[in-house]
This record gives sequence, structure tokens and C-alpha cells, in this order.
Amino acid sequence: MTNIYSTAAEMAAALDKKEITSVELTKAHLDRISAVDGKLNAFLHVDNQGALEQAAAVDARRAKGESLSPLAGVPIAVKDILAQKGIPTTAGSKILEGWRPPYDSTVVAKLKAAGVVILGKTNMDEFAMGSSTENSAYGTTQNPWDLTRTPGGSSGGSAAAVAGFEAPLAIGTDTGGSIRQPAALTGIVGVKPTYGGVSRYGVIAYSSSLDQVGPFARTVLDTALLHEAIAGHDERDSTSIDAPVPQVVAAAKRLDVKGMKIGVIKELSGSGFQAGVSARINESIELLVAAGAEIVEVSCPNFEYALAAYYLIAPSEASSNLARFDSMRYGLRVGDDGSKGAEEVMSATREAGFGKEVKRRIILGTYALSSGYYDAYYGSAQKVRTLVKRDFENAFTKADVLISPVTPTTAFKIGEKSNDPVAMYLSDIATIPVNMAGIGGMSLPVGLADEDGLPVGLQIMAPFMQDDRFYRVGGTLEAALLSKWGKPILSNAPDLAVK
Amino acid sequence: MAAISRDDVAHLAKLARIEMTPDELDHMATELDQILGAVKRVQEVATADIPPTSHPLSMSNIFRADVVKPSLTNKEALSGAPAQAEDRFKVPQILGEE
Repeated sequence: MTNIYSTAAEMAAALDKKEITSVELTKAHLDRISAVDGKLNAFLHVDNQGALEQAAAVDARRAKGESLSPLAGVPIAVKDILAQKGIPTTAGSKILEGWRPPYDSTVVAKLKAAGVVILGKTNMDEFAMGSSTENSAYGTTQNPWDLTRTPGGSSGGSAAAVAGFEAPLAIGTDTGGSIRQPAALTGIVGVKPTYGGVSRYGVIAYSSSLDQVGPFARTVLDTALLHEAIAGHDERDSTSIDAPVPQVVAAAKRLDVKGMKIGVIKELSGSGFQAGVSARINESIELLVAAGAEIVEVSCPNFEYALAAYYLIAPSEASSNLARFDSMRYGLRVGDDGSKGAEEVMSATREAGFGKEVKRRIILGTYALSSGYYDAYYGSAQKVRTLVKRDFENAFTKADVLISPVTPTTAFKIGEKSNDPVAMYLSDIATIPVNMAGIGGMSLPVGLADEDGLPVGLQIMAPFMQDDRFYRVGGTLEAALLSKWGKPILSNAPDLAVK
Repeated sequence: MAAISRDDVAHLAKLARIEMTPDELDHMATELDQILGAVKRVQEVATADIPPTSHPLSMSNIFRADVVKPSLTNKEALSGAPAQAEDRFKVPQILGEE
């Protein structure tokens, strides 16, 4: 029977066979949200009426025998950083409270055109700056595995919504790991596509040379189906790649890695990683070998500088991007009592509207770009970016894909790192190099750490525009793990509906 | 010696148009000094012979024909305005400031 615990592919098949309607499926998810989101705080806005209207429209098209997209009628949650016409879009910030965009982002437009039903907008660290959702102006999202822990971030609301069965699919964005890290911490699949693979039009910009939109789901195939639904060239995004979308759905179904060379990154293994994380990664490597892959060790000596470079590049770009929040055309305006000039109102608004981490990054970026410091900081960081790119290029001459843990630890406690920005930044150490080079990566759940029973994510990385490769490896490994466990990983999570 | 002083932060905050309380300036100066201490590691490997990478794609400008396409109506464009008058954005005074 199809229910909220089914995969998106199963839901799509049941809809296609008319065993269930999209309205029924959408209602079931809206009911789930009203039952459990008080615990999770995954959603900032639930569009009950709009979702049911979209669902009814898809059902009507199906009843008429129209040919529909593969995911038509399946519900989805969308990170609150993507503009959706008429729907509150805050990016987790007070400065955008109450703003309703007058247009759709390309990804939202594609979802609507494909008949994917948008349930609502999900919580996130303010302007995607953070690794725990604790920087949201609207409260922290809780991890469905343990409500005292964070789901990761910045796309923590999207990840929690999928892991908590509030939605089978979700959209996130990943600038330094903001899809892969929360996927790892909540036991679901998350993909950061190749830079330029998915349009950024209508996505509130944080760091434009690093930001990328991508899919979350509970299985590799579901993730691939969503990836194909949102990917492709868009003339409204000048960094969008005008080339065919990698065949990720076919790759996810291939279930074969014979002859593939899988590179284990020396610098992202062993010390510095929680024992239970390393144990699950090593088991995955054994399963891949058993499936016919060849393991090679690769070295990426400059990755240790990537984190430092990221925390110069991203704040620098952010300091420029966030200049648009000037209280003049949209968003919050504070202190405009007729006696103050525009600059005073602007400064008062940005003081009141931005949270601590956003201010910290704007000031840091302003500093790194300022005359006298530019070469020492931003300029040096750009050179490190070259070195990280070269490390990947060298590694990919020896291997078809590269693997590492997604995160050094499993989900951390809410509050554990919120007063120590440098410690928080370290949770992105394994994910940042991928953004620096612009390639794609997947986070795949590969089991639970022995010491705390929390999910562990394996990161699979592929060369530029070869995203199909990590779907092939991820799909194969997922099948091997499923046959080993006998049940999906999320069946180990506590039942949220129990009071 | 600290890489960044409280006065530096006050100046940066002014440049970034963020009014900050004295308390915030104190905290920010301490935190930024720690962060700069951690990120200055990039200088260890950024030698003169390495070219910078500003972007993952090697891009050139993208042009399209200069043809008018549908865009937001005046009403839509003003829909989020904090204040408006005569179908325009209404902003605080920009002239006559010191």
C-alpha cells in the first residue's frame, strides 16, 4: 500500500496506476506535517491550500489521460531560499519576513510544470550561512533521530522533512556542504550537482561562485528522479551549463560497479573522524570491492587549506551579494520616521534584520576584500582554490570517483557548537573542496555509528558534469547495504508520531 | 597583537552599512580575530606562481538579442516595497545628508 513511508518512485507508480490520487497523497503529508512538525520545526511555511490545488490539478490532468512527468503528483518541500511566487520566502532571515516574491525561481517553475506538489518552504540557517539551522531567525530545526540534536545545515529543514516523512522529496542548496552534511546527519540521500547543472535563477544568493541547488530524497533513485526534474540549461542563469543533463536516473538503476576505480582520499580518512563514522565507511569500501570495484588510495594534499579558503571566499562574495538588502525596494525597513536619511535607515535596518553569523560574515568579507588586505586574504584564497582543483584533477586521473566521509562526526547536540564559530566551520571540512572545484557530490547513508546509533554519510564525488557516476556507485552500494540490513535505515529512527 | 581591532570593526561595519552596538563591536572584534587567525593559513601555500581561480567555470559574457520580453508589471515590482508613492519606490531622503 502506498503511504507516506513509500519512496517517491513507488508513489509515482501508484499515482500512475490510479491506486491513489495526488490529493490523497498530499493530504497524508499535510496531516503528517501537522502531527510532527511541532517537534521538528522543519517548515517555515506550509501551503495547505496551494498544495491541495496543485494536487487536484494534476489529478484532473491524469484523469483526462494527459501524458505527465515522472514525478507528477508527488509532494515536495522546498528550501526557503528559492523564490516562489506569492509564497513567503525569508531565507531564514528577519530582513525578509513577510516578503512574497512576485516571480518563481526556475527550479520552482520546473517543479510546477512537472506537476510536483509543493507542500511548503523549509527552515534553514539565515541566508544559508551555517551548519545546523541554529542561525535561522525562526528557531532551530530538530533532528528526527534525536530531537536534542541538529539536523545539520544549512538545508536542515529540507533534510529533516524528508527523514521525518513529512515529504518524500526536498530541494536544498549547497555552498560548502549544505545539502550533503544535513543528508548525512539525518540518514537520507542528498546531492550537490555539478556547478551550473541546476539553475540558480530566483535563488537568493549567498556565494555565487559556490552556490548550487540540489535534491534530497530517501533513496538514490528518488534523488535521481528529482535531479533530472530540476536540472538543465537556463538562459536566465549566466552560469548555467548549456549541455545535456547527465543520465542520472539510468545510472541509479544500473546496480553495477564492476571495473570502476574508486579513490579513497587519504587526507579525509582516519584521524579526525569519529570511530563509528570511519567503521561504516570502511564497511562500505568492502561492499564496493565485493561488488567488483577496485579501490585505490589518492592524495589531495591541499584539501587541508580548503576550509580556510572557503571562509574567505564565501564571506567575500556574501558581503557583496547581501548589499542588496538595503531596505529600499523590498524587505524590512527600520527607523524611517522622516527625520533620518537613507544611509541611516539602511544601517538601522541591517542591524535589526541580520543575525549574528550573517553580520560576522559580511564584516569578514568586507575586511578580506578591503584594500591592503585583498592579496593577503581573498587573493590567497583564490590561489588555494586552484590548488584544490588541481588535487581533484590529479586524483581523477587515478580513479573514476572519489569517496570520503561526509562529516567528521554524527549529528551534534543543539547548542554544542553555536558559540564557537571555528568549531562549527570544521563540520564542513570534507564537503567544501567539492564546491571549490565546482564538481558534484552525493551523501549516501551507510549505517549507524556504534557509539551513538546515529546515521553516517558516505560522500561520493565525480568529475565535472559526470554526476551519473556517483548515482551509479551510490545505487549499487545502497542495494548492497539494503540486502545486508534487510530494511531501510530510517526504520531505525524513533516514531515521531508517538507522544 | 590582534590582527583586527575594535576600531577596524567599527570602520568595516560603517562600510557594510550595519549599525552596531558597543557590545556587538567588542564581540565581533574578538571573534573575527580568532577566525582570521584560522583562515590566514591560506598564505602558507599561496605562492606567486599559482594563478587564482575566481570561478569554477571558465566563462565569457553571454549575450542575447536586444528584444523586449515579458517582465514584472509596475504593481508586481512594487508589491514588496516598504513604502511607495505615485507608483514608485518611496525612500528616505538621499540628499542633504552630511
